[in-house]
Amino acid sequence: MKRREFIIHYGRQFGTLLGLIGLCVVLWILTPHFLTVSNLLNVAQQTSINAIIAVGLTFVIITAGIDLSVGSILAFSGVVLASVLRAGCPIALAMLVGLAVGMMCGLLNGVLISFGRIPPFISTLGMMSVARGSALLYTSGRPISGFSENFRFLATGKILFIPAPVVIMLAVYLIAYFVLNRTKFGRYTYAIGGNEEAAILSGINVKLYKTMVYGICGMLSALGAIILTARLNSAQPIAGMMYELDAIAATVIGGTSLMGGQGSVIGTLIGAFIMGVLRNGLNLLGVSSFFQQVVIGSVIIVAVLMDMALKKQRD
Amino acid sequence: MRDVRKTFPGVLALDDVCLELRKGEVHILLGENGAGKSTLMKILSGAYQKNDGQIFLDGAEIEIRNPRHARDLGIGIIYQEFILVPYLKVGENIFLGHEPYLLPGIIDQKRMLQAAQVILDDLGVEIDVRTKVVDLGVGEQQLVEVAKALSIETKILIMDEPTSALTEQEIDVLFAAIGKLKAKGVSIIYISHRMDELFTIGDRVTVLRDGRFVGTHEVNEISRAELIREMVGRELNEQFPKQKAVVGEELLRVEGLSTRGMVSDVSFSLRRGEVLGISGLLGSGRTELASALFGAGKIDSGSIFVRGRHCHIRSPRAAIDLGLGYLTEDRKSRGLILDLSVKDNICLPSVNRFSRFGIMQADREEEAAGRYRRELRIKTPSLNQKVVYLSGGNQQKVILGKWLCLEAEILIFDEPTRGIDVGAKVEIYQLINQLAARGAGIIMISSELPEILGMSDRILVMSRGKIVGEFSSAEATQEKILHCALGEN
Repeated sequence: MKRREFIIHYGRQFGTLLGLIGLCVVLWILTPHFLTVSNLLNVAQQTSINAIIAVGLTFVIITAGIDLSVGSILAFSGVVLASVLRAGCPIALAMLVGLAVGMMCGLLNGVLISFGRIPPFISTLGMMSVARGSALLYTSGRPISGFSENFRFLATGKILFIPAPVVIMLAVYLIAYFVLNRTKFGRYTYAIGGNEEAAILSGINVKLYKTMVYGICGMLSALGAIILTARLNSAQPIAGMMYELDAIAATVIGGTSLMGGQGSVIGTLIGAFIMGVLRNGLNLLGVSSFFQQVVIGSVIIVAVLMDMALKKQRD
Repeated sequence: MRDVRKTFPGVLALDDVCLELRKGEVHILLGENGAGKSTLMKILSGAYQKNDGQIFLDGAEIEIRNPRHARDLGIGIIYQEFILVPYLKVGENIFLGHEPYLLPGIIDQKRMLQAAQVILDDLGVEIDVRTKVVDLGVGEQQLVEVAKALSIETKILIMDEPTSALTEQEIDVLFAAIGKLKAKGVSIIYISHRMDELFTIGDRVTVLRDGRFVGTHEVNEISRAELIREMVGRELNEQFPKQKAVVGEELLRVEGLSTRGMVSDVSFSLRRGEVLGISGLLGSGRTELASALFGAGKIDSGSIFVRGRHCHIRSPRAAIDLGLGYLTEDRKSRGLILDLSVKDNICLPSVNRFSRFGIMQADREEEAAGRYRRELRIKTPSLNQKVVYLSGGNQQKVILGKWLCLEAEILIFDEPTRGIDVGAKVEIYQLINQLAARGAGIIMISSELPEILGMSDRILVMSRGKIVGEFSSAEATQEKILHCALGEN
């Protein structure tokens, strides 16, 4: 590939990556604890859940949609998973049940959006409340706790020296990258977001594919629920509050356009890490959590501002 | 404008272009696809910044910073693709951005609508300013664009392909308006591919080719053939290189087709090797007929037979599977996915052929896309270039490539040469010939009568959703078709 094209195609991710590296260098200078293997693995582990959910949102946002219900779906599928586990169900089956619950919620979003023609913002806003309420109803508002060591391995275990959640996250990203760039499904995802009308007239079953995209997003929220439940050794009906905003932020920092048609999971991964590193670094520096919110919000805005400036220059 | 230069990623779009505009003249800007006409005008109107060169206005050098600044300088532009706000009223659109105020911040709605109506009346256009733009036809929207440009003090008005979507009467209205503007001392830069128009309204003409300045001439001192030669850099013998193909068996038959309010009781057939022209004014139901055939519009009654078999076409997918291809009238909003590459756009409807178990086979895609890029002579630095960076004619070729790649046999072309230049037009006509020779059947919908007459084997005329006339190419004339379309038999 020629250099020019390379810059056009990967320039955006490159910029975000530079931002992440710059951030790491600053933190390395400010605090010696930052750049240790154990701390970096810690960051990766803490980032993993947001990063996984953000993959689902990347798909959704590429189709020019939005999903506000991921946090609530995480809570609902988490408590269902936990109850099934507590009932003595094998771990693998319980996980499948959890993933299925998440996927069903997502598919329902998709059906409402595609076939019911409800705008994604509204439909997932409704699901956000419905899934949260269902989680609270299902548990009468109480957490479900205490699981086997085997299940908890999903969060606490290590494969070689890498924490299990990080391995899961990397696997999700590898698959997602492959799907978006090398499969029909990925091609259609970009096409639908780029121009839905043209996609329909090219013979793409837009309704079906959109529904599937929301299904995947719901399923990845449920995957987040599995890791979170294993880590906390408890499934809480109020888990995952505001996770949707973190995931949207990671996606947007990573350069996926809210207008649809453009975006990449590599960008999203970098975006998720920018947020993770920032939180970790601010904690290490002893910055108050109130101020952290201000900083993180500002970073999101600055990232998008820079994106706009970059785009203008490219045109 | 002197020595203006503009570069895009991978493309030098303009190279030392000069243009001199006199007060009160209609200056035609002529050139093939990608010759740089639109780019030059975008620089003049502030949408793009030049990389090099100088621009003078009334003798003083100026730097045009942005569209707002251009407008303050008295430079107005009407783009090829309209930029009206669909859910605002006509009057509100006309005064968008410079509304008259009752008090600071409070719009004087009544005065605004009245003033808008005066502008439209002056233009001789019968549009109610209280109509929402979304309810207007394409031609009417174009006239609203003109009115919008006139609502401010304008010294220079740029019109990019203003007549490409207009009917004959609307064109007359527009030309009358241009005449009034000239009389007021407004200079007009007029981009068009229609040679007839050039000689009707132009004073001088400047030719661009491949981003370079070729020459400026007085219109009455140059011939059509000379201009075409300057544009393409080669002799263009025939504008319509029609070759008759062997007409074979029936591919498509439509019986009594009706859609909600727009198409009523339409019957016709299409054979292999045939080019069936469909003529008619805007709003005559041509595009709705095409959409319905392609499964994109609802069909209320009637039957469609493809290769003799009765078919229910309920979705574009079903139409594609039956071997239909649809080149839409509006390529940007319905034909292309601008953020995807040339390759991805060409391969989109055929994705199933290039994938196994849902996984894309990149090498086969590249090979196919490369073949159509060569065959259609698509000018692009690479197959991975996003189509948004291509010129109009090349974008149209990409859409054609899409349907060729699918090996569609029944092709519906809705205004296939709208907004593209003579050179590319001829290429598209030649392609239509090739397709017919290979045994495809082609339905060509067009507002350009010479095109319909020049390329069709058989011509249907539509009016108010009905087929009101059918002519063989031998008996058809412009007059006959127009009379038929206007309902004056």
